[in-house]
Amino acid sequence: MTCHDYKDLMMGYLDNELSAEQRQRFEEHLTGCPECAKELEEFKRLKAITDEVTLVEPEDRIWHDYWDNIYNRIERGLGWIVFSVAGILLVIYAGFKLIEELIKDPTLGYLLKIALLALTAGLAILFVSVLRERLYFWSKDRYRDVRR
Amino acid sequence: MIAMQRCRRGSKEAFEVFVRKYMKQAYFIALGLVGNREDALDLSQEAFVRAYRNIKHVKSDRRFFPWFYQILKNLCVSHLRRRRYRQASSLDADDCPEVAAAEDHFSPEVVVGRDEAKNRVWQAIGKLDEKHREVIILRHFQGMSYEQIAEALFCNKGTVTSRLYYARKRLKELLGAPKGGGINDVP
Repeated sequence: MTCHDYKDLMMGYLDNELSAEQRQRFEEHLTGCPECAKELEEFKRLKAITDEVTLVEPEDRIWHDYWDNIYNRIERGLGWIVFSVAGILLVIYAGFKLIEELIKDPTLGYLLKIALLALTAGLAILFVSVLRERLYFWSKDRYRDVRR
Repeated sequence: MIAMQRCRRGSKEAFEVFVRKYMKQAYFIALGLVGNREDALDLSQEAFVRAYRNIKHVKSDRRFFPWFYQILKNLCVSHLRRRRYRQASSLDADDCPEVAAAEDHFSPEVVVGRDEAKNRVWQAIGKLDEKHREVIILRHFQGMSYEQIAEALFCNKGTVTSRLYYARKRLKELLGAPKGGGINDVP
């Protein structure tokens, strides 16, 4: 084994994660390898100073309100979904009604009516295209199940 | 497992048990990944919200925390990327946005008993890349075993050991950088 192969054992040794046999093997290597022994000493110092860094505990109020905040977000999330769906449906309905009125209006020129129809068709194509793209990437996501 | 099944059926009471059990861990992991309290609190809570919405898709034999950790980590990483993008857009081309983004947000005020040495270590952790920072956070600040880290990161123990080696090596280099003294100057 080369020194590089002992790097993993060095981390395990430092963190007390080695079996007795691995520990003995690493200690034997250390006696004959001053480079690894020096590196281990440096890592021990680093570990000691890193372990000294502790993070400030937030006030009790934060923990007290923690679940309430999550609960509110869950409830509001559902509200926003319902609100958004209703909003989209209303906008689509109003849009169709408006276009219907304009198409039927005899005072408007053909060019404007064609432009309106093209605008509606363009928006519909864009919407379907984005939706299809999202569904395609979702179905091809290799990590979709891994995360769960 | 029973709590997991109840959560999958939509029980908020059962989910509350998980939240109360893991909220501190979630907050401190997020703090380690993003560096400041406000973002850590917001992201850890958002991770629980997303976990609640998706828990019905989790396989019944999965343990909660490793699965939840993936959600939390993804949120923190996305947050950091957005932050970097914003900073890159707002800084002059001569500046170095990647470094500034990580460093500036690892505020020393979150470290207990602030002194120069601890601040430098905390700032150096903030300069590590995400993959290395997370193993340092999980090992040093959460006290997780290699096996627990491997489960949370969906990798084997060998990968954890290797990442820890390179993370610590990088940390050593950062603390040993000429500006502001080296690792040997840290008491």
